Amino acid sequence: MPINYYIFLSLALFAIGMIGVLTRRNAIIIFMCVELMLNAVNLLLVAFSKMHYLSAGSPFSTAGTDGQLFVFFIMVVAAAEVSVGLAIIVMMYRNIHSVDVNFLNRLKH
Amino acid sequence: MNVLLISAILGVVMMFSSFLIKNTATVRTIGITGTIALLILNVLEMYGTRLFNINTAGFLSFDRFTLVFISIAIIAMLVYFLLTAKDMEKVNKVNYAEYFALLFFILCGIVLVSGFESLLILFLGIEIVSIPLYVLTGSDKRNLKSNEAALKYFLMGCFSTGLMLMGITLIYGAQGTFTVELFNFTKNIDSPLAIAGMLLLLFSMAFKASVAPLHFWTPDVYDGAPTVFTSFMATIVKAAVFFSFFRLFNDSFTALAPQWQFWMAVLAALTLFIGNITAVFQHSVKRMLAYSSIAQAGFMLLAIFAMSGIAKEGLLLYAAAYSFASIGIFSVLTKMDDYTFDGFNGLVKQQPLVAAAITIFILSLAGIPLTAGFLAKFYMIQAVIQAGGHLWLAIFALVMAAVSVYYYFRVIQAMYFKQGNANIQASNTFKYTLLAVAILVVLLGIFPNLITNWLYF
Repeated sequence: MPINYYIFLSLALFAIGMIGVLTRRNAIIIFMCVELMLNAVNLLLVAFSKMHYLSAGSPFSTAGTDGQLFVFFIMVVAAAEVSVGLAIIVMMYRNIHSVDVNFLNRLKH
Repeated sequence: MNVLLISAILGVVMMFSSFLIKNTATVRTIGITGTIALLILNVLEMYGTRLFNINTAGFLSFDRFTLVFISIAIIAMLVYFLLTAKDMEKVNKVNYAEYFALLFFILCGIVLVSGFESLLILFLGIEIVSIPLYVLTGSDKRNLKSNEAALKYFLMGCFSTGLMLMGITLIYGAQGTFTVELFNFTKNIDSPLAIAGMLLLLFSMAFKASVAPLHFWTPDVYDGAPTVFTSFMATIVKAAVFFSFFRLFNDSFTALAPQWQFWMAVLAALTLFIGNITAVFQHSVKRMLAYSSIAQAGFMLLAIFAMSGIAKEGLLLYAAAYSFASIGIFSVLTKMDDYTFDGFNGLVKQQPLVAAAITIFILSLAGIPLTAGFLAKFYMIQAVIQAGGHLWLAIFALVMAAVSVYYYFRVIQAMYFKQGNANIQASNTFKYTLLAVAILVVLLGIFPNLITNWLYF
Protein backbone atom coordinates (compact mmCIF):
# COMPACT_ATOMS: atom_id res chain seq x y z
CA MET A 1 0.00 0.00 0.00
CA PRO A 2 1.35 3.46 -0.77
CA ILE A 3 2.48 5.55 2.21
CA ASN A 4 -0.10 8.23 1.36
CA TYR A 5 -2.94 6.13 2.78
CA TYR A 6 -1.19 5.90 6.12
CA ILE A 7 -0.43 9.62 6.14
CA PHE A 8 -4.06 10.51 5.45
CA LEU A 9 -5.38 8.05 8.04
CA SER A 10 -3.00 9.40 10.70
CA LEU A 11 -3.75 13.01 9.85
CA ALA A 12 -7.48 12.28 10.04
CA LEU A 13 -7.10 10.69 13.49
CA PHE A 14 -4.88 13.58 14.56
CA ALA A 15 -7.42 16.14 13.34
CA ILE A 16 -10.26 14.34 15.17
CA GLY A 17 -8.19 14.49 18.36
CA MET A 18 -7.38 18.15 17.85
CA ILE A 19 -10.99 19.13 17.20
CA GLY A 20 -11.99 17.19 20.29
CA VAL A 21 -9.48 19.06 22.45
CA LEU A 22 -10.69 22.39 21.15
CA THR A 23 -14.45 21.79 21.37
CA ARG A 24 -15.13 19.42 24.28
CA ARG A 25 -15.78 20.73 27.81
CA ASN A 26 -15.19 17.62 29.87
CA ALA A 27 -11.60 17.34 31.14
CA ILE A 28 -11.50 13.55 30.78
CA ILE A 29 -12.75 13.62 27.20
CA ILE A 30 -10.21 16.31 26.32
CA PHE A 31 -7.61 14.05 27.80
CA MET A 32 -8.76 11.08 25.70
CA CYS A 33 -8.57 13.27 22.60
CA VAL A 34 -4.94 14.11 23.45
CA GLU A 35 -4.24 10.37 23.67
CA LEU A 36 -5.85 9.94 20.26
CA MET A 37 -3.45 12.55 18.87
CA LEU A 38 -0.48 10.68 20.34
CA ASN A 39 -1.67 7.38 18.90
CA ALA A 40 -2.10 8.92 15.46
CA VAL A 41 1.56 9.93 15.71
CA ASN A 42 2.52 6.38 16.74
CA LEU A 43 0.75 4.91 13.73
CA LEU A 44 2.47 7.34 11.37
CA LEU A 45 5.89 6.64 12.92
CA VAL A 46 5.51 2.92 12.37
CA ALA A 47 4.39 3.49 8.79
CA PHE A 48 7.36 5.77 8.07
CA SER A 49 9.68 3.27 9.72
CA LYS A 50 8.53 0.55 7.37
CA MET A 51 8.78 2.94 4.41
CA HIS A 52 12.41 3.81 5.19
CA TYR A 53 13.22 0.12 5.67
CA LEU A 54 11.78 -0.80 2.30
CA SER A 55 13.45 2.10 0.51
CA ALA A 56 16.85 1.04 1.93
CA GLY A 57 16.56 -2.00 -0.35
CA SER A 58 18.51 -4.57 1.63
CA PRO A 59 16.65 -6.98 3.96
CA PHE A 60 19.51 -6.69 6.48
CA SER A 61 19.28 -2.90 6.65
CA THR A 62 18.67 -1.24 10.04
CA ALA A 63 17.03 1.79 8.43
CA GLY A 64 13.78 2.69 10.16
CA THR A 65 14.43 1.00 13.50
CA ASP A 66 14.73 4.36 15.26
CA GLY A 67 11.17 5.20 14.25
CA GLN A 68 9.83 2.14 16.04
CA LEU A 69 12.03 2.91 19.07
CA PHE A 70 10.49 6.35 19.26
CA VAL A 71 7.04 4.77 19.59
CA PHE A 72 8.08 3.09 22.84
CA PHE A 73 9.27 6.39 24.26
CA ILE A 74 5.97 8.04 23.33
CA MET A 75 4.07 5.26 25.10
CA VAL A 76 6.14 5.65 28.27
CA VAL A 77 5.79 9.42 28.32
CA ALA A 78 2.06 9.15 27.65
CA ALA A 79 1.74 6.80 30.64
CA ALA A 80 3.60 9.28 32.85
CA GLU A 81 1.35 12.07 31.61
CA VAL A 82 -1.77 10.02 32.34
CA SER A 83 -0.72 9.42 35.94
CA VAL A 84 -0.05 13.09 36.61
CA GLY A 85 -3.05 14.29 34.60
CA LEU A 86 -5.57 12.02 36.29
CA ALA A 87 -4.18 13.06 39.68
CA ILE A 88 -4.75 16.71 38.77
CA ILE A 89 -8.29 15.96 37.56
CA VAL A 90 -9.10 14.04 40.77
CA MET A 91 -7.70 16.91 42.83
CA MET A 92 -9.99 19.32 41.01
CA TYR A 93 -12.97 17.00 41.40
CA ARG A 94 -12.45 16.83 45.17
CA ASN A 95 -12.65 20.60 45.42
CA ILE A 96 -15.50 21.48 43.06
CA HIS A 97 -17.23 18.12 42.35
CA SER A 98 -17.06 18.61 38.61
CA VAL A 99 -14.60 18.00 35.79
CA ASP A 100 -16.01 20.69 33.51
CA VAL A 101 -13.34 22.98 32.10
CA ASN A 102 -15.74 25.93 31.99
CA PHE A 103 -14.62 26.27 35.59
CA LEU A 104 -11.27 27.41 34.20
CA ASN A 105 -12.46 30.98 33.77
CA ARG A 106 -12.01 32.16 37.34
CA LEU A 107 -8.42 33.28 36.94
CA LYS A 108 -9.36 35.81 34.27
CA HIS A 109 -10.38 38.81 36.30
CA MET B 1 26.94 14.66 31.25
CA ASN B 2 28.18 15.03 34.85
CA VAL B 3 25.26 17.25 35.74
CA LEU B 4 22.68 15.07 34.01
CA LEU B 5 23.50 11.94 36.00
CA ILE B 6 24.35 13.54 39.32
CA SER B 7 21.21 15.68 39.38
CA ALA B 8 19.09 12.58 38.66
CA ILE B 9 20.80 10.86 41.60
CA LEU B 10 20.24 13.95 43.75
CA GLY B 11 16.56 13.86 42.82
CA VAL B 12 16.30 10.27 44.08
CA VAL B 13 18.23 11.17 47.24
CA MET B 14 15.78 13.98 47.95
CA MET B 15 12.87 11.60 47.36
CA PHE B 16 14.21 9.25 50.04
CA SER B 17 15.06 12.05 52.44
CA SER B 18 11.39 13.08 52.36
CA PHE B 19 10.57 10.20 54.71
CA LEU B 20 13.97 9.75 56.35
CA ILE B 21 14.63 13.34 57.37
CA LYS B 22 11.91 15.31 59.13
CA ASN B 23 13.94 18.47 59.72
CA THR B 24 13.39 20.95 56.86
CA ALA B 25 16.66 22.81 57.53
CA THR B 26 18.65 19.61 56.90
CA VAL B 27 16.78 18.96 53.66
CA ARG B 28 17.50 22.49 52.55
CA THR B 29 21.20 22.12 53.34
CA ILE B 30 21.41 18.90 51.31
CA GLY B 31 19.69 20.61 48.39
CA ILE B 32 21.95 23.66 48.42
CA THR B 33 25.13 21.59 48.88
CA GLY B 34 24.04 19.36 46.01
CA THR B 35 23.53 22.36 43.75
CA ILE B 36 27.00 23.71 44.57
CA ALA B 37 28.47 20.27 43.82
CA LEU B 38 26.64 20.26 40.46
CA LEU B 39 28.11 23.66 39.61
CA ILE B 40 31.64 22.47 40.41
CA LEU B 41 31.16 19.28 38.37
CA ASN B 42 29.90 21.28 35.41
CA VAL B 43 32.85 23.68 35.49
CA LEU B 44 35.16 20.65 35.69
CA GLU B 45 33.48 19.18 32.62
CA MET B 46 34.06 22.46 30.80
CA TYR B 47 37.79 21.95 31.36
CA GLY B 48 37.76 18.32 30.30
CA THR B 49 37.10 16.27 33.45
CA ARG B 50 34.30 13.79 32.89
CA LEU B 51 33.12 11.46 35.61
CA PHE B 52 31.42 9.11 33.18
CA ASN B 53 32.49 8.07 29.73
CA ILE B 54 29.27 7.19 28.01
CA ASN B 55 29.02 7.24 24.26
CA THR B 56 26.06 9.48 23.44
CA ALA B 57 26.99 10.21 19.85
CA GLY B 58 23.96 11.21 17.84
CA PHE B 59 21.84 11.78 20.93
CA LEU B 60 23.52 14.29 23.20
CA SER B 61 26.50 16.56 22.78
CA PHE B 62 27.88 19.09 25.22
CA ASP B 63 29.83 21.82 23.49
CA ARG B 64 31.10 24.95 25.20
CA PHE B 65 27.95 26.97 24.42
CA THR B 66 25.72 24.33 26.04
CA LEU B 67 27.96 23.91 29.08
CA VAL B 68 28.06 27.66 29.71
CA PHE B 69 24.29 27.77 29.54
CA ILE B 70 23.98 24.84 31.96
CA SER B 71 26.33 26.66 34.36
CA ILE B 72 24.10 29.74 34.19
CA ALA B 73 21.05 27.59 34.87
CA ILE B 74 22.72 25.97 37.89
CA ILE B 75 23.87 29.33 39.28
CA ALA B 76 20.33 30.66 38.85
CA MET B 77 19.00 27.57 40.63
CA LEU B 78 21.48 28.14 43.48
CA VAL B 79 20.34 31.74 43.80
CA TYR B 80 16.75 30.51 43.73
CA PHE B 81 17.40 28.01 46.53
CA LEU B 82 19.30 30.51 48.67
CA LEU B 83 16.59 33.16 48.35
CA THR B 84 13.33 31.21 48.32
CA ALA B 85 13.90 27.63 49.50
CA LYS B 86 12.56 28.55 52.93
CA ASP B 87 9.27 29.78 51.45
CA MET B 88 8.48 26.37 49.96
CA GLU B 89 7.51 25.39 53.52
CA LYS B 90 4.53 27.72 53.21
CA VAL B 91 3.08 25.64 50.36
CA ASN B 92 3.24 22.33 52.20
CA LYS B 93 5.65 21.38 54.93
CA VAL B 94 5.09 17.63 54.67
CA ASN B 95 6.17 17.38 51.04
CA TYR B 96 9.09 19.76 51.43
CA ALA B 97 11.83 17.38 50.26
CA GLU B 98 9.75 16.22 47.31
CA TYR B 99 9.72 19.72 45.89
CA PHE B 100 13.52 19.60 45.84
CA ALA B 101 13.37 16.20 44.15
CA LEU B 102 11.07 17.55 41.43
CA LEU B 103 13.30 20.61 40.92
CA PHE B 104 16.37 18.38 40.47
CA PHE B 105 14.47 16.26 37.94
CA ILE B 106 13.57 19.46 36.09
CA LEU B 107 17.28 20.30 36.03
CA CYS B 108 17.89 16.93 34.32
CA GLY B 109 15.35 17.90 31.71
CA ILE B 110 17.04 21.28 31.27
CA VAL B 111 20.37 19.54 30.60
CA LEU B 112 18.67 17.28 28.04
CA VAL B 113 16.92 20.08 26.15
CA SER B 114 20.05 22.19 26.02
CA GLY B 115 22.34 19.39 24.81
CA PHE B 116 20.07 17.53 22.40
CA GLU B 117 21.41 16.16 19.15
CA SER B 118 18.37 14.07 18.31
CA LEU B 119 14.73 15.12 18.19
CA LEU B 120 14.01 12.14 20.48
CA ILE B 121 16.07 13.74 23.26
CA LEU B 122 14.43 17.11 22.63
CA PHE B 123 11.01 15.52 23.12
CA LEU B 124 12.06 13.59 26.23
CA GLY B 125 13.75 16.67 27.72
CA ILE B 126 10.71 18.87 27.18
CA GLU B 127 8.52 16.24 28.85
CA ILE B 128 10.92 15.77 31.79
CA VAL B 129 10.77 19.52 32.32
CA SER B 130 6.99 19.75 31.91
CA ILE B 131 5.65 16.84 33.96
CA PRO B 132 7.22 17.89 37.31
CA LEU B 133 6.08 21.44 36.53
CA TYR B 134 2.44 20.30 36.29
CA VAL B 135 2.83 18.79 39.75
CA LEU B 136 4.50 21.89 41.21
CA THR B 137 1.81 24.16 39.72
CA GLY B 138 -0.91 22.18 41.45
CA SER B 139 1.02 21.67 44.68
CA ASP B 140 -1.27 23.97 46.67
CA LYS B 141 -3.97 21.30 46.75
CA ARG B 142 -6.74 23.16 48.60
CA ASN B 143 -6.39 26.35 46.58
CA LEU B 144 -8.85 26.51 43.67
CA LYS B 145 -6.62 28.89 41.72
CA SER B 146 -3.71 26.48 41.94
CA ASN B 147 -5.96 23.58 40.80
CA GLU B 148 -7.20 25.58 37.89
CA ALA B 149 -3.71 26.64 36.86
CA ALA B 150 -2.46 23.05 37.03
CA LEU B 151 -5.32 21.68 34.92
CA LYS B 152 -4.99 24.44 32.35
CA TYR B 153 -1.22 24.05 32.13
CA PHE B 154 -1.56 20.29 31.88
CA LEU B 155 -4.16 20.28 29.08
CA MET B 156 -2.36 22.97 27.08
CA GLY B 157 0.98 21.25 27.62
CA CYS B 158 -0.30 17.86 26.44
CA PHE B 159 -1.88 19.44 23.40
CA SER B 160 1.35 21.16 22.38
CA THR B 161 3.28 17.93 23.01
CA GLY B 162 0.96 16.21 20.54
CA LEU B 163 1.70 18.88 17.94
CA MET B 164 5.43 18.61 18.58
CA LEU B 165 5.33 14.84 18.10
CA MET B 166 3.45 15.22 14.82
CA GLY B 167 6.09 17.72 13.68
CA ILE B 168 8.94 15.37 14.61
CA THR B 169 7.22 12.48 12.81
CA LEU B 170 6.70 14.44 9.62
CA ILE B 171 10.36 15.48 9.63
CA TYR B 172 11.29 11.84 10.18
CA GLY B 173 9.16 10.91 7.20
CA ALA B 174 11.03 13.37 5.00
CA GLN B 175 14.55 12.83 6.38
CA GLY B 176 14.63 9.25 7.64
CA THR B 177 16.49 10.14 10.83
CA PHE B 178 15.97 11.95 14.12
CA THR B 179 19.60 13.00 14.43
CA VAL B 180 19.92 16.71 13.86
CA GLU B 181 23.41 16.48 12.36
CA LEU B 182 22.27 14.14 9.60
CA PHE B 183 19.44 16.38 8.42
CA ASN B 184 19.86 17.31 4.82
CA PHE B 185 17.16 19.78 3.96
CA THR B 186 19.09 20.97 0.92
CA LYS B 187 18.18 17.71 -0.85
CA ASN B 188 14.42 18.04 -0.63
CA ILE B 189 13.93 21.59 0.54
CA ASP B 190 10.47 21.85 -0.97
CA SER B 191 9.25 18.62 0.58
CA PRO B 192 5.86 19.47 2.08
CA LEU B 193 6.44 16.95 4.88
CA ALA B 194 9.58 18.71 6.12
CA ILE B 195 8.05 22.19 5.91
CA ALA B 196 4.85 21.11 7.69
CA GLY B 197 6.90 19.35 10.34
CA MET B 198 9.06 22.40 10.89
CA LEU B 199 5.99 24.63 11.22
CA LEU B 200 4.41 22.27 13.76
CA LEU B 201 7.65 22.26 15.76
CA LEU B 202 7.76 26.07 15.59
CA PHE B 203 4.17 26.17 16.81
CA SER B 204 4.75 23.85 19.75
CA MET B 205 8.03 25.45 20.83
CA ALA B 206 6.32 28.85 20.66
CA PHE B 207 3.65 27.37 22.88
CA LYS B 208 6.13 26.12 25.47
CA ALA B 209 8.08 29.38 25.42
CA SER B 210 4.85 31.44 25.65
CA VAL B 211 5.36 33.38 22.45
CA ALA B 212 2.34 35.41 21.31
CA PRO B 213 -0.22 34.55 19.95
CA LEU B 214 0.18 31.26 21.85
CA HIS B 215 0.87 32.93 25.19
CA PHE B 216 -2.72 32.93 26.54
CA TRP B 217 -2.10 30.20 29.13
CA THR B 218 0.93 31.97 30.63
CA PRO B 219 -0.58 34.74 32.78
CA ASP B 220 -3.23 32.43 34.25
CA VAL B 221 -0.78 29.64 35.05
CA TYR B 222 1.87 31.96 36.47
CA ASP B 223 -0.75 33.76 38.52
CA GLY B 224 -2.39 30.61 39.87
CA ALA B 225 0.73 28.63 40.72
CA PRO B 226 2.30 29.12 44.19
CA THR B 227 4.63 32.13 43.88
CA VAL B 228 7.77 30.16 44.79
CA PHE B 229 7.24 27.87 41.83
CA THR B 230 6.16 30.66 39.47
CA SER B 231 9.59 32.10 40.12
CA PHE B 232 11.26 28.91 38.87
CA MET B 233 8.92 28.47 35.89
CA ALA B 234 9.17 32.02 34.65
CA THR B 235 12.95 32.21 34.80
CA ILE B 236 15.13 29.10 34.59
CA VAL B 237 12.68 26.87 32.73
CA LYS B 238 11.77 29.61 30.29
CA ALA B 239 15.43 30.37 29.56
CA ALA B 240 16.07 26.64 28.96
CA VAL B 241 13.13 26.34 26.57
CA PHE B 242 14.47 29.34 24.68
CA PHE B 243 17.91 27.82 24.56
CA SER B 244 16.57 24.66 22.95
CA PHE B 245 14.39 26.75 20.63
CA PHE B 246 17.56 28.59 19.56
CA ARG B 247 19.55 25.40 19.02
CA LEU B 248 16.72 23.73 17.13
CA PHE B 249 16.24 26.55 14.64
CA ASN B 250 19.85 27.70 14.31
CA ASP B 251 21.65 24.37 14.16
CA SER B 252 19.04 22.08 12.64
CA PHE B 253 16.84 24.20 10.44
CA THR B 254 19.50 26.53 9.05
CA ALA B 255 18.85 25.35 5.51
CA LEU B 256 15.16 26.19 5.92
CA ALA B 257 15.89 29.70 7.23
CA PRO B 258 14.22 31.51 4.30
CA GLN B 259 11.01 29.67 5.22
CA TRP B 260 10.89 30.67 8.90
CA GLN B 261 13.02 33.76 9.41
CA PHE B 262 10.36 36.27 8.39
CA TRP B 263 7.73 34.57 10.56
CA MET B 264 10.13 34.61 13.50
CA ALA B 265 10.43 38.40 13.08
CA VAL B 266 6.64 38.73 13.03
CA LEU B 267 6.29 36.53 16.13
CA ALA B 268 8.95 38.57 17.97
CA ALA B 269 7.21 41.86 17.15
CA LEU B 270 3.81 40.48 18.16
CA THR B 271 5.16 39.06 21.42
CA LEU B 272 6.87 42.33 22.31
CA PHE B 273 3.71 44.29 21.54
CA ILE B 274 1.21 42.09 23.38
CA GLY B 275 3.46 41.44 26.38
CA ASN B 276 4.35 45.07 26.98
CA ILE B 277 0.98 46.65 26.25
CA THR B 278 -0.99 44.19 28.39
CA ALA B 279 1.48 44.50 31.27
CA VAL B 280 0.69 48.22 31.49
CA PHE B 281 -2.90 47.49 32.54
CA GLN B 282 -2.20 45.02 35.35
CA HIS B 283 -2.93 45.76 39.01
CA SER B 284 -1.13 42.80 40.54
CA VAL B 285 2.67 42.73 40.51
CA LYS B 286 2.65 38.95 40.07
CA ARG B 287 0.48 39.22 36.95
CA MET B 288 2.56 42.14 35.72
CA LEU B 289 5.68 39.96 36.02
CA ALA B 290 3.89 37.20 34.08
CA TYR B 291 3.23 39.60 31.19
CA SER B 292 6.73 41.03 31.50
CA SER B 293 8.07 37.49 31.07
CA ILE B 294 6.16 37.35 27.77
CA ALA B 295 7.68 40.70 26.79
CA GLN B 296 11.19 39.47 27.64
CA ALA B 297 10.45 36.34 25.58
CA GLY B 298 9.99 38.68 22.62
CA PHE B 299 13.54 39.95 23.10
CA MET B 300 14.93 36.43 23.33
CA LEU B 301 13.15 35.60 20.05
CA LEU B 302 15.29 38.28 18.40
CA ALA B 303 18.32 36.03 19.02
CA ILE B 304 16.65 33.14 17.20
CA PHE B 305 15.75 35.47 14.36
CA ALA B 306 19.29 36.87 14.00
CA MET B 307 21.26 33.56 13.96
CA SER B 308 24.79 34.86 14.59
CA GLY B 309 27.66 34.65 17.05
CA ILE B 310 26.61 37.86 18.73
CA ALA B 311 23.09 36.49 19.13
CA LYS B 312 24.57 33.47 20.93
CA GLU B 313 26.45 35.69 23.39
CA GLY B 314 23.36 37.86 23.76
CA LEU B 315 21.15 34.88 24.52
CA LEU B 316 23.45 33.70 27.33
CA LEU B 317 23.66 37.19 28.78
CA TYR B 318 19.90 37.62 28.49
CA ALA B 319 19.22 34.30 30.22
CA ALA B 320 21.50 35.31 33.12
CA ALA B 321 20.29 38.91 33.44
CA TYR B 322 16.61 38.03 33.21
CA SER B 323 16.80 35.00 35.53
CA PHE B 324 18.73 36.71 38.32
CA ALA B 325 16.62 39.86 38.32
CA SER B 326 13.28 38.02 38.16
CA ILE B 327 14.23 35.50 40.85
CA GLY B 328 15.20 38.43 43.07
CA ILE B 329 11.88 40.24 42.64
CA PHE B 330 9.86 37.04 43.00
CA SER B 331 11.71 36.16 46.22
CA VAL B 332 10.54 39.42 47.78
CA LEU B 333 7.04 38.96 46.36
CA THR B 334 6.82 35.51 48.00
CA LYS B 335 7.26 37.13 51.39
CA MET B 336 4.47 39.69 50.83
CA ASP B 337 0.80 39.35 51.65
CA ASP B 338 -0.50 41.90 49.18
CA TYR B 339 0.48 41.32 45.54
CA THR B 340 -0.87 44.61 44.18
CA PHE B 341 1.32 47.62 43.43
CA ASP B 342 -0.06 49.25 46.59
CA GLY B 343 1.42 46.36 48.55
CA PHE B 344 4.84 47.89 47.91
CA ASN B 345 3.91 51.36 49.22
CA GLY B 346 6.62 52.79 51.42
CA LEU B 347 8.73 49.64 51.55
CA VAL B 348 11.88 51.77 51.64
CA LYS B 349 11.15 53.01 55.17
CA GLN B 350 11.04 49.52 56.67
CA GLN B 351 13.50 47.69 54.44
CA PRO B 352 15.90 50.12 52.73
CA LEU B 353 18.30 47.35 51.71
CA VAL B 354 15.61 45.20 50.10
CA ALA B 355 14.13 48.23 48.33
CA ALA B 356 17.56 49.13 46.91
CA ALA B 357 18.05 45.58 45.62
CA ILE B 358 14.57 45.55 44.01
CA THR B 359 15.37 48.87 42.35
CA ILE B 360 18.49 47.38 40.76
CA PHE B 361 16.53 44.33 39.56
CA ILE B 362 13.83 46.53 38.05
CA LEU B 363 16.38 48.75 36.34
CA SER B 364 17.95 45.61 34.88
CA LEU B 365 14.61 44.24 33.62
CA ALA B 366 13.78 47.61 32.05
CA GLY B 367 17.22 47.77 30.42
CA ILE B 368 18.79 50.84 32.01
CA PRO B 369 22.57 51.21 31.38
CA LEU B 370 25.08 49.84 33.92
CA THR B 371 22.89 46.81 34.57
CA ALA B 372 23.04 43.38 32.92
CA GLY B 373 19.64 43.88 31.30
CA PHE B 374 20.87 46.84 29.27
CA LEU B 375 23.77 44.96 27.70
CA ALA B 376 21.58 41.91 27.05
CA LYS B 377 19.08 44.05 25.14
CA PHE B 378 21.96 45.86 23.43
CA TYR B 379 23.43 42.56 22.13
CA MET B 380 20.02 41.45 20.84
CA ILE B 381 19.33 44.66 18.96
CA GLN B 382 22.87 44.75 17.57
CA ALA B 383 22.40 41.19 16.32
CA VAL B 384 19.14 42.14 14.58
CA ILE B 385 20.76 45.15 12.88
CA GLN B 386 23.73 43.06 11.73
CA ALA B 387 21.41 40.38 10.34
CA GLY B 388 20.21 43.12 7.97
CA GLY B 389 16.97 43.82 6.18
CA HIS B 390 14.78 44.13 9.25
CA LEU B 391 15.66 47.51 10.75
CA TRP B 392 11.99 48.04 11.62
CA LEU B 393 12.23 45.16 14.09
CA ALA B 394 15.15 46.76 15.96
CA ILE B 395 13.34 50.11 16.16
CA PHE B 396 10.12 48.44 17.29
CA ALA B 397 11.99 46.54 20.01
CA LEU B 398 13.51 49.80 21.26
CA VAL B 399 10.10 51.49 21.41
CA MET B 400 8.68 48.52 23.33
CA ALA B 401 11.60 48.62 25.77
CA ALA B 402 10.67 52.24 26.42
CA VAL B 403 7.04 51.23 27.08
CA SER B 404 8.23 48.62 29.59
CA VAL B 405 9.86 51.35 31.68
CA TYR B 406 6.38 52.65 32.54
CA TYR B 407 5.07 49.55 34.27
CA TYR B 408 8.37 48.52 35.82
CA PHE B 409 8.89 51.93 37.39
CA ARG B 410 5.47 51.83 39.05
CA VAL B 411 7.04 49.44 41.56
CA ILE B 412 9.91 51.86 42.28
CA GLN B 413 7.42 54.72 42.55
CA ALA B 414 5.34 52.74 45.05
CA MET B 415 8.37 51.86 47.15
CA TYR B 416 9.96 55.31 47.31
CA PHE B 417 7.32 57.98 46.74
CA LYS B 418 4.04 56.64 48.12
CA GLN B 419 2.83 56.74 51.70
CA GLY B 420 2.42 53.41 53.39
CA ASN B 421 4.16 50.95 55.61
CA ALA B 422 4.68 47.79 53.60
CA ASN B 423 6.95 45.37 55.37
CA ILE B 424 8.25 41.85 54.96
CA GLN B 425 9.64 39.26 57.32
CA ALA B 426 13.22 39.03 56.13
CA SER B 427 16.23 37.59 57.90
CA ASN B 428 19.62 39.25 57.62
CA THR B 429 20.94 36.34 55.54
CA PHE B 430 18.13 36.89 53.05
CA LYS B 431 18.86 40.62 52.78
CA TYR B 432 22.58 40.18 52.21
CA THR B 433 22.05 37.39 49.68
CA LEU B 434 19.60 39.60 47.83
CA LEU B 435 22.14 42.42 47.86
CA ALA B 436 24.85 40.07 46.57
CA VAL B 437 22.61 39.05 43.65
CA ALA B 438 21.96 42.73 42.92
CA ILE B 439 25.71 43.39 42.88
CA LEU B 440 26.12 40.43 40.52
CA VAL B 441 23.55 41.98 38.16
CA VAL B 442 25.46 45.29 38.16
CA LEU B 443 28.80 43.51 37.67
CA LEU B 444 27.42 41.66 34.64
CA GLY B 445 26.28 45.01 33.30
CA ILE B 446 29.79 46.43 33.51
CA PHE B 447 31.78 43.32 32.62
CA PRO B 448 29.64 41.17 30.29
CA ASN B 449 32.78 39.20 29.41
CA LEU B 450 32.41 37.47 32.78
CA ILE B 451 29.96 35.28 30.86
CA THR B 452 30.90 35.66 27.22
CA ASN B 453 34.59 34.85 27.81
CA TRP B 454 33.56 31.41 29.01
CA LEU B 455 32.46 30.67 25.48
CA TYR B 456 36.02 30.91 24.18
CA PHE B 457 38.50 30.28 26.99
